Formats: sequence, structure tokens, C-alpha cells
Amino acid sequence: MFPFRQQLFGGRMTFRIARLIVVLVIFTQFGWSQDIASFEKRITVKQLPNGLTLLVMERPEAPVFAFNTIVDSGSVQDPNGETGIAHMFEHMAFKGTDKIGTTNYAAEKVALEKVEKAYAAYRQEKYKMVGRDPQKVAALEKAWRDAIAEADKYVIKNQFGQLVEANGGEDLNASTSWDETEYHYSMPANRVEVWAYLESERFLHPVMREFYKERDVVMEERRMRTDSQPIGRLIEKFLTTAFETFSYHRPTVGWMSDLQYFSASDAKQFFDTYYVPANMVVAVVGEVKAAEVMPIMEKYFGRLPARPKPEPIHTEEPPQNSQREAVLHEIAQPFYLEGYHRPDYRDPDDAVYDVMTDLMSDGRTSRLFRTLVRDKKIAADAAGFSGFPGTKYPHLFAFYAVPIPGHSTEELRQAIHAEIERLKTTDVTDEEMKMVKTRLRANLIRGLDDNAGLASQLATHQVRFGDWRELFREIDRVEKVSKADVRRVANKTFTPENRTVGVIENRPSPAPAKAGGAQ
Amino acid sequence: MTFCSKILAALLLLATAMFAQVPDLENIKIPPLPDFHPVQPKRIQLSNGMVIFLQEDHELPLIDGVARIRGGSRAEPAQKTGLVSIYGEVWRTGGTTKRTGDQLDDLLEAHAAKVETSGGADSTSISLSCLKQDFVDVFTAFVEVMRQPAFREDKIELAKFQENTAISRRNDDINQIAGREAAKLAYGPQNPYARTAEYTTVAAITRDDLVRWHQTYVHPNNIILGLVGDFDTAQMEARLRQTFDPWPAGPPAKEPVLEFHKAKPGYYLVAKEDVNQSLIRMIDLGTTRRNPDYHAIDVFNEAFASGFSSRLFKELRTRQGLAYSVGGGVGAAYDHPGITDFGIGTKSQTTIASIQAMYREIDDLQPHPVTTEELKRAKDYILNSFVFNYDSPSKVLRERMAYEFYHYPPDFLERFRVGIEKVKSEDVMRVPQKYIHKDQFSVLVVGNTQEFDRPLSSLGPVTNIDITIPGSPEASGPAKPGAAAPPQ
Repeated sequence: MFPFRQQLFGGRMTFRIARLIVVLVIFTQFGWSQDIASFEKRITVKQLPNGLTLLVMERPEAPVFAFNTIVDSGSVQDPNGETGIAHMFEHMAFKGTDKIGTTNYAAEKVALEKVEKAYAAYRQEKYKMVGRDPQKVAALEKAWRDAIAEADKYVIKNQFGQLVEANGGEDLNASTSWDETEYHYSMPANRVEVWAYLESERFLHPVMREFYKERDVVMEERRMRTDSQPIGRLIEKFLTTAFETFSYHRPTVGWMSDLQYFSASDAKQFFDTYYVPANMVVAVVGEVKAAEVMPIMEKYFGRLPARPKPEPIHTEEPPQNSQREAVLHEIAQPFYLEGYHRPDYRDPDDAVYDVMTDLMSDGRTSRLFRTLVRDKKIAADAAGFSGFPGTKYPHLFAFYAVPIPGHSTEELRQAIHAEIERLKTTDVTDEEMKMVKTRLRANLIRGLDDNAGLASQLATHQVRFGDWRELFREIDRVEKVSKADVRRVANKTFTPENRTVGVIENRPSPAPAKAGGAQ
Repeated sequence: MTFCSKILAALLLLATAMFAQVPDLENIKIPPLPDFHPVQPKRIQLSNGMVIFLQEDHELPLIDGVARIRGGSRAEPAQKTGLVSIYGEVWRTGGTTKRTGDQLDDLLEAHAAKVETSGGADSTSISLSCLKQDFVDVFTAFVEVMRQPAFREDKIELAKFQENTAISRRNDDINQIAGREAAKLAYGPQNPYARTAEYTTVAAITRDDLVRWHQTYVHPNNIILGLVGDFDTAQMEARLRQTFDPWPAGPPAKEPVLEFHKAKPGYYLVAKEDVNQSLIRMIDLGTTRRNPDYHAIDVFNEAFASGFSSRLFKELRTRQGLAYSVGGGVGAAYDHPGITDFGIGTKSQTTIASIQAMYREIDDLQPHPVTTEELKRAKDYILNSFVFNYDSPSKVLRERMAYEFYHYPPDFLERFRVGIEKVKSEDVMRVPQKYIHKDQFSVLVVGNTQEFDRPLSSLGPVTNIDITIPGSPEASGPAKPGAAAPPQ
């Protein structure tokens, strides 16, 4: 329910009402070592001389394939003053290349350079604190807009997406999170080379055309997902409260003032720094043969120039030493959220957090459902989960609950704390532990039965661990979690001083539905 | 430069040159797609009328299934709106005559298995998902829920709490408001596809209603059951026959006569103060998929309003930067008219401008109908991506079950493909003339009226829609001053 990711667009029918998708639970009876072995036979990994990692999995079910390109950088890498630039570049990766989307690139290039010059001059004057001349600002703005109109003459709009669609590309989209940026679609299996061309060209010769119009689109995305949604507003406020130094406190979509500021040159700078082959993985899954596809991928993706891998992030969130709170007074109904800092995904206790998530949240047997929803009848929904807002860096284990009418967020808070206390003081039962492990094994490979899900999971694990096999090894770590581990980690993590609370409290609407046509 | 480094440089150059030898896009050869005929499920009809589809899929040791039962919320009484929703929940959570719902939860969750029920507009359903090795136990639970549900009172109470919570929150999200009000404008507020559950209609639902619903509809002759997964069809058929053959047929589900009363054309406004983006929806009554124009409509929607290549996306999003979300189409449902809906989400300050921009695109269809190039692109997309309609056994099963349910020919998908191939320019040109009438639109705007570029009334007479929830504190009079209201 949380907007963890910013997407390029909301799907083909952008107004179709989202349906509850029943996720099928998948499970296998075989031992896991055997399973790795069976995947081993179908998976080929190759690192190219430029540093790019390619992964191909043969899955001959139907003559189609899916791919996932992951760039191991996300909004956490946004420079100060340019929040939202990682996500902005993701949008720009659909704008075409020097060959796609232009009628005359040589002329367009010159025109785009003029746009950047004009924007830099306009921006400099506009943000002057002393001696700003409004007339000069207006003139420079006009010059900038005129330059855009000039550059626009060479644009073939949306040609990149059109080519993907005309070739039968399905589910064309991309998303940016705090941790990473990913691109995906599926295609009929006879179009592998077309895909390899399109996907490599977009990162070989990206052109920042129509940047400032696309910036307007992204501002609309911000209004849609954050500004006009009570939960979106709460999450933004909550994260700025929970994280003081680490960049998880910044919205992936960006602050509005930064969106209004940054330039195409800034986006290109971001691309040059982070879209380097050594920082990327491309995974393909479907009815393909590695022996045929790998050489094609090498031919096209091998053209990406090698560049130094970006520096890792060094800023750390200092330990929290007292409870923090973010309260929104809204005309919307109340909502309760709290989070506790925990280490990143490489932590030896990572699997313990997975066990706690399942125990607290999964299905009608989960502890929060049974106490808050079924027995106390104070919540319509309640859950606790890890990985908020990302997992790559130290993040939060969070709990939320939706009160039913007539019950307060304070009641929810107390009920959640009682359940946390139980985790700390009482061992989970043997049955619970068995159930949780069985389900986690199922959950870990949920999504492995389709090309797109597999491509995403394999690419993610290849990026995070340098080895796709870790996807299966997570299960071994879960198996080793003991009751004592759950108590130990709960006691370590869920302390009052490590807690951040975010609530929406309802305030009455001042004049309900009286405003109207007369306005 | 040393000799060695010269060689190195030469090699590097060679490597670069090698890499540079890629063809232009238009010179990339596209081999024909291998012939692919997905295996069709086996259809079995029992003597009691139950229809069964069996689809083997041995990739994973899993079995999934769903039974779809005729009769849904469009047949529930208006004064008990929400009945089928509550029924769809308590059918499973209320347990069976042998086991409570909680006991079922424990049993199934311990095996990472699911048996779930749900209520929809034209049908209800019961599904299962499990490991192959647990199938016998899970199927037993599935049949028990199907045949002997208990509808225990404590779970009815719980389901009502959840339903009431949903009612209390339905105005928090503008997308939900827009979707709900758009359906009312297209179908009429009393139409079962549009009307909404209220506190009073939920309170009116009793256990007897749920029991009666079950007795009325859950008969084998109203059921289509589909199973997909790692099983042997012959063995599965034997098991299902043994289980379901003795079940006598009952009265067939009666379908209600539905009336569709589109709202009068004009502007409709929902004022929402806590947003900075307006949702605009241009609404009309659509058509059904049996319409001979359906193929032309589908191609038209693709070219005009759906996806990257569409005019609306290109013009309103890419060129004008007015929106992140824009799109829509002439609606076509299986057995009742769909909703024709063109929508956009735009900042409050460009609300009126966006309505006019949308009008311009619609008007422009007259002098500039869909071009042959646009037609080709749309057809290329639909046809080249057609394989994604049946690229997994479960998708094939799902399609077949839908055609069976709506009495469509079993090869409807193939006919659809052929129909798309045949669509010509003049067919697509006919679509806007026949199905898109700007002067017939009900234009819904949900937004922060204080921030609009111009009053909506500057475009024409406006009907204000009051979305106050009946029975909520706001509905019983003006808010109490000073009651926990924060300083502004």
C-alpha cells in the first residue's frame, strides 16, 4: 500500500481501477540445493570487459521473453538540491537517442545546447538573492522557452516507446526507488536483437530532449502520488522525521522546488556518473538460448563505454536516542504508522526480520490480524514489515494499522506495543515457527513462475550480492532462525528511543461539499 | 608510445570497431515467430450441468483452481447493497459445519495453501492454491466451504466492521471518488454496477440473507470450475466426477434485468479541498464485445487513447506536459455496456485548460482521423503482442472460463485476432463518429475548486455532487466548532 517506487507511468489503461490481485503461493517440495542445481543448468552469467553483467535464463514455456535492467543507483544518489534527478533520468530514458526520436540530430544537438545555455542564464538570474531583476528574469525565461520551441522542431514524439510497442513489447515501464532504478518489458522471442538494440542504444546515446516538459509530467506525478494522497503526505513527513542524515529522508520523486530547478545537464551528469556498465545488470528470461542470445547481447551492450564505478555512500544515520513523532491533521480518516531503525540487508540478522514480518503480518493467522482485527476489533488492517523505505542501507522495520470507525490511533499504538512486547518476552511457539518458515520458503520464490518476476529477482540478487544464487540461499538463512533470535532481535530493535511515530488524525472538514459550481 | 602500448591501442581500437558493427534498427532481421499453439484445457460437462476445465502445467509442483458461480452483486437487493461483498468474505471466514474459519486458517496457512472466496458483480468465486502433495486435504476444505458453509455470526460482524471502515474511508482518495462517481454518471446511481454500500444497507444484511444467497445460487449447473497445475487430467477428472456427480442440479441463476440511465450531459463537480491535482473524466455509456465494431473500437482506443503511441498521451502528456496520467477509451464489457471514459489528472491550475485540450483532441478527430500510420502502429502492437494473451497455461484457462461464463464462442480470442487483422481505416474512422459524442459527455471533475484556473461554470452549467457519507458526523450537521481541530 505504500508508494515505494515511482513509476514511469501507471499502466496502459491509466484509469483502470486497481484490482486486488490474489498472489499465488508457490512452493516446491525439492531440496534447495537441488533447486539451485536445476537453475544452474538454465542460467548463464557473463561479465563483459566494460564491467556490465549479463544474465540469461532459459525458460522455454512460450515464445516470449522478459528482461530487467537494474542500475544500482537510485534517489539516494540524488545530489543535494537536485532531489528527484534519478527518477527524472528514468523518464528521460524513454525519450530516444541520437537516431530514435529525431528528424535531424546534428541540428537538434545544437538547439539543445542552446536550451541549456538559456536555462542556465535564466536560472542564475531567477535564484539571485540580491539584485534580481524581474524584467531580466522574464526576458531570460522567454529566451529559454523560445530555445525549447526551436529544439522541439526536430523531435519525433515518443518514438522509442512506439518502436517497443510496434514490436509487440508488453508491460513497458520502469521504476525508481531510493535504492535502484529498473527498466523492463516483455517481447515475442523473435525480437531479441531488436530489444538488444533498443535497450543498449538508450544507455549508449541518451538524448535529453523535451526535458523541461517531462519535468512538468514528473511534477504531476508528485501531485498525484504524494501531494493529493493523505498516506503519501504522511510517508513523506514520516521519513523526514525518521532519518536525519541519511538520504532515505528525501522523497524519490523529489521536492517540488528541486523539480522546478534542475536542468537537463544535471540529469545527464547523473547519467554519466551512475549509468556505468560496472553499476548495471541486465537479465533476460524466456524462450531463448543462451548460446544464441549471449553473443547478441555482448555485441550490443559491449558498446557501452567502461567508466569508473561510482563511489559508495559513506554517510550514516546516527543512532536515534529518543522517540520522534510526525502528526498530520487531515480531513482524511486516521492512520497509524511507526518504525524502528535496523541494519541493512547484509546484516546477519536479516532473516530474523523476515521471520518477524511473516509472524506479525502474513494472512489471517498473523499476530497483528488476530489481535487487532479479529479479537480487539479496533483495526480493519494491521501489519509489520521490514524494508522501509529501502533495504540497501540501514532502514526501518515498520508497523501500521488502519482503525475502524470509533477507535483511536492511540488504541492501535497500545495494541501494537503489546504485540511487540510479546515478541520480546515470550518465545514463539513451535507451530508458529514451522508455519512461518514454510510460508517464507513459499514467499521467497513467489513470482518465480513468470519471466518478468524471474528476471527482476535474478537481476536484483545479482546486483545486491554479486550472485543470483543468493536468492535461494536466503531460505537456508531463514531455516537457521531460532526462537531466541526472534527475542534477541526484537529486544535490540523495538525500543522506545529507536521509534518514530507517524499518524494521521482526522479533523472535521470546514464546509463539507458546499463549495461548488458557483465557486 | 611504446610498441606494447601501440599494440594495446590497436587492439582496443579493433575491439571498439568490432563493437561498433551493429546494424541500424531497420536492418535487424526478425525471424518468424515459431508456431505456437498453447494446449487448450479439457472441457468436461457433468450430467448435473457443472462445467469443468482441466489444464495441466508441470513446471512447478502446484495446483491452482477457481470455481466461478453465476449470480453476483448486480442481483442483490438495493436496500442490502454490500450483501455479496459480505457473503464473499464470510463464505470462507465463517467456516463450515465441520470447522470454524479460524481452524481452516490454521490448517491452510501451515501448508502455505489458500482457499479463498469472493463476491463480484456477476458472479462469486471460490479458489484454491496449494502444493501438489497437499491437494487432497486442501481440496477437501475447498469442497467443504463450497457445500457446507456455516456463516458464523462473529465473522459476519467482523466483515461488517471492514465494510464500514471502507465506507468511512471512501472519500480519502480522489481516484476512488472519481471511479465511483464516473460509474454513477455512466450507468445511473441506482444501477447495480454503480450503487455503493452505505452504513444502513450493510446494517440490513443478516445471516439469513447469506444462507439464502448460497441456497439460491450455489448449484452445480451454475458453476464453472477450472484447475491448472501439476496433475494428471484423467485422474483429476475421476476425482472430480466422484466428488461432484452426485450433487443434484438446482434452479438456474436468474439474471436481473439491468437498466442503464446515463446522466444528462454536462459538468459535474466534486469539491475536494485537500488536493492540488484535479481528476477529469469524460463519461458516456459504452458498448459490449459482441458489437461487430469491437475490433475497430479496440484499434481506435489503442491509436487514440492508450499507451505510448496514442494521441492523448503524445499530445497532453508529452507535448503539453499537462499530466502524468492520461488515457481512456470507448468501453466494451462482456455482457453489459462498458463505460466510455477519457480521463486526465492535472494540477488544479490547469483544470479548465486540460478539459479544453482534451476537447481539442476529440474535435481534431473530425478533420484528422486516425492515419494509416497510426492504424498500422496500433495493429502492430495488438497483433505482435498477441502471444501475451496465452503465454502461460493459466492465462489460457482464464480466457476459456471467461468465454464459457459469458456464452462466448470458445475460440473468441482467435476470432478476435482475425477481426483485428481485418480492421481498415474506414472502420476506425467510424468509431469516433458513432461512439464519441462530445455533447453527450458527462464531464466529471474532482478537485480543489479554489485553485482552478477558471470556474468550471465558465464552460457550462455545473451540477455539484455531494459526496458526504450518509450517517457520518459530517452528514448530521455542521462540524462542531473547536472539536479537536488543529490551528490552520
